[in-house]
Amino acid sequence: METTLIPILDNDLAPRFDLASDVLIVSVTRETSAMGKIDEKVVVLDTPSPEAMCRLALAENIQTVICAGIEKEFFDFLEWKGIRVLDDICGPVDAILEAHFMGKISPGQSYY
Amino acid sequence: MMHSVNPAQLASLINDKDSLSGLFDELPLGVAVMDPHGTVLMINKAYETLTGVGREHAVGLKCLHALRCDYCVKGCPVMFGWDQKKGHKSEANIISRSREKIFVRLTVAPLLNEAGNIRGIIETVTPGSSHSLDEAMGGTFGLGELVGRSPQIRKIFSMTPSIAQTDSPVLITGETGTGKDMLAEEIHNESDRNDGPFIKVNCGALPEKLLESELFGHTKNALPGADHAKPGRLRMAHGGTLFITEISDLPMQLQTKLLAYMDDHVVYPVGSTRGVRTDVRIMVASHHNLDGMVKQKSFRQDLLYRLNVIQLNLPPLRERGEDILLLQDHFMKMFQTRFGKTLDGFSKNAEKLLNSYAYPGNIRELRNLIEYAVSFCDSTVVRMRHLPGYMLQGPGLPNNHTPATANHPVRTSAMDTDVVRNAPPERWEDVQRTMILDALVKTGGKKKQAAELLGWGRSTLWRKMKNFGIE
Repeated sequence: METTLIPILDNDLAPRFDLASDVLIVSVTRETSAMGKIDEKVVVLDTPSPEAMCRLALAENIQTVICAGIEKEFFDFLEWKGIRVLDDICGPVDAILEAHFMGKISPGQSYY
Repeated sequence: MMHSVNPAQLASLINDKDSLSGLFDELPLGVAVMDPHGTVLMINKAYETLTGVGREHAVGLKCLHALRCDYCVKGCPVMFGWDQKKGHKSEANIISRSREKIFVRLTVAPLLNEAGNIRGIIETVTPGSSHSLDEAMGGTFGLGELVGRSPQIRKIFSMTPSIAQTDSPVLITGETGTGKDMLAEEIHNESDRNDGPFIKVNCGALPEKLLESELFGHTKNALPGADHAKPGRLRMAHGGTLFITEISDLPMQLQTKLLAYMDDHVVYPVGSTRGVRTDVRIMVASHHNLDGMVKQKSFRQDLLYRLNVIQLNLPPLRERGEDILLLQDHFMKMFQTRFGKTLDGFSKNAEKLLNSYAYPGNIRELRNLIEYAVSFCDSTVVRMRHLPGYMLQGPGLPNNHTPATANHPVRTSAMDTDVVRNAPPERWEDVQRTMILDALVKTGGKKKQAAELLGWGRSTLWRKMKNFGIE
């Protein structure tokens, strides 16, 4: 199972990792290379903070974080914890997830 | 007021490199022009440098995705609607593409047509103080204040206005903790560049390769792990001041590169042959003897000549006489407010020790001592036991010092202490006020002549008079 965390603002990727109060967590269980099961849930943080977001990522055993602006301190922390961080991305969440599942996502891309 | 301009017309005007875009690029502050819905139509060079976003990526994005500012989710009228069609100002922070949090001053204003409808939005961004939290609390911590009455400090106070009005490089020397950074920031704030950024870089804090990219920037993939292009501090300081502290730690190769920059003001980022012209005033500081380093061939003589146009030497605290008392009181007041305590002062022994201590760490050490004492004081008087123990064993104590009976080399007698304490502390603002009044008296109240006498522009004098309430 592969889990991905995406800070969101409405239907878009949130511009800031540290200020997003809504977090989309997507779990994918691949049955074949093209088919699988996707589970989604949205977690709402009472008080958005980068620390709360990092704690959530660790608690949910996240493998990949997709975000836009993130401070170096938290980027390095997540990478140190073995979580892959794809940052400097912007666009609607659906387009980003599609690109992610197709393996075509990379830092610095815009999906608008 | 803006006459019926549609976004396409505006965009075409902006994209004309020779006119509006060229003009915007020369501004020292970041500017973004947006349509009424907050979609970016253009950004200038300073905006690109500050945020790290290229204009080809920013155009067409919503401004919150381009700027990544906390104000976007904390009441920005672009996101939450305009109550009144007026400009908004805010202290905010952004996260740049190089993953740095940068404190900024932000203004957002609508562009209205004749009917009062919003036809566009203009946004400006300038780097603010990293101590913005302190400033937001009403400047209680007083980090931007220079305090002193000693002749050496008075001399520096009197030189500062004329130094601020020039664009010449400034070399500030002095022991560690004497306030070199604060003086540099004060000169910047007094200068005509005060609307531009004050960018600081510490040469001692970074290894050579990183320091080069920190100062001059780098292109994408120029270095291992450089997944973003980085503008570098020299470009970030465009229109303002770059303060290089611990210049003595600058490696020889970078000394040559800095010298080349000071000759032609063109920055060559690592991995690029394309230069970028910038307008930056250079100020440097060092606590080492640069002349000695030149003799040892570890510092370039020609760079020293280049930097040493104006030299200011900040004296160590032990040579500043009664300033020790003023600074004690200043920090005492500051930390009382900060910790919410009310203290009457120091006990005799504590005062003797504080006055006779040599302060090898200078003002920074005094500040830390007072902070320690105020936070650990459990009564209304700071006693010996509230002072850190190392003061009695450390290198700053005179020989054979016994605080209760010592015939210590206090710089001022007990009577002088009272005189100094009762006199109001002389701050930079007080000195300025006195200078203005003196100049006005000398010139019979003629502002133009007074401004000439002070070496200021008329508008500077007018602004300061208004600021100090001088009619």
